[in-house]
Amino acid sequence: MSATVNPPVVFTQDELGWVSWIDPLPEAELTERHFAGLVDRARAKSDYFRLLVRDPEVLEARTKTDKDIFYNVADGLPRAERELAAAATSRYNGCIYCASVHARFASTYSKRRDDVQRLLDEGVGADLGERWNAVVKASVALAATPIAFGPDNIAELRRAGLDDAEIVDVINGASFFNWANRLMLSLGEPSK
Amino acid sequence: MSTQDIIDTLAGIEPGSALDAIRARRLQARENAQKSYLSLFEPVDASDVSLVERAAVAAFVTGLHGESPVAAFYREKLAANADAAALVEAIQAEIARGKTSGPYGAFPAGPLSIENKAGLIYRVSAERKPVLGARLVAAFEHAHLLVFRPRDAASTDMKALLDAGWSNTGIVTFSQLVAFLSFQLRVVSGLRTLAAANA
Repeated sequence: MSATVNPPVVFTQDELGWVSWIDPLPEAELTERHFAGLVDRARAKSDYFRLLVRDPEVLEARTKTDKDIFYNVADGLPRAERELAAAATSRYNGCIYCASVHARFASTYSKRRDDVQRLLDEGVGADLGERWNAVVKASVALAATPIAFGPDNIAELRRAGLDDAEIVDVINGASFFNWANRLMLSLGEPSK
Repeated sequence: MSTQDIIDTLAGIEPGSALDAIRARRLQARENAQKSYLSLFEPVDASDVSLVERAAVAAFVTGLHGESPVAAFYREKLAANADAAALVEAIQAEIARGKTSGPYGAFPAGPLSIENKAGLIYRVSAERKPVLGARLVAAFEHAHLLVFRPRDAASTDMKALLDAGWSNTGIVTFSQLVAFLSFQLRVVSGLRTLAAANA
């Protein structure tokens, strides 16, 4: 498998592939327990999800957590800024694959592709305006170990106009990518 | 729900509070963060990763983040296992040796190399290897990488786990465990910070 890998060396909004370092389950071996874990049957075509489906119960719960944090936009933070939190977290932790996916989503939903690209090019210190800066800074503080998120982050998010429900969406979105980044970075690698 | 919501418990969120109402707006996320916890710590199949191994990794990972209600919770969870006293003591000593600040590590060679940041490459101390055993030694060294320098991960790290007796499925569960705890610690910390800002 590794012979075909062409790893990207910069952060990008281009579509990337991902190659597993250990064996995904073969499609032919998937049972109903595995399909329940995949949530979307179409994910059986993805190496990444057929790898994670080795533990179907965890994958199912993880996937449903992910979907609600990012796709439930009945109220709360706009989708674009949830994706910004995901992209900023991925940029800071160093997950080129995750950053590519969520930078694309942030661009699509915000129509601010150039600002998103500056986050990727310049890093989490890029000046993206008060509101986006506050979201990026909060995401970075949450990603640090030990966790550096504090009352200053809350105050900054509030000054930027976020209410408590929206701040919880930032916390959830950024925290979730500390989960996602660690799987993507450690079980395989991106390929152009 | 068979048990109390673990994030609410660790974050000190009371029923009927403002944050309880906010969390209720993301009910699927709340319920499935709970199901993630249950499927990792009360799994239907523990044949690839034992319950003691799960508790040991959780105590180590949460301890590496610094003392907190989450770290105390998982330390007590491990201590509740029979004959775990030596393990708890060894893990406390290894946490002290492994504590540092992240994320650090190297990017793929190229324009990002100027952002490379050196840091501790943690290895379990020789004196504690017999108490932990080969599987946990490999798991702790990889967990430390996942916590502090995930961008350093390489295919050779998978080989180290396989060589120590971890199966492919066990590696997936173990990786999910460390990654999930990275999430849970941050949600709890974030919610506690928000609650304190409103107090």
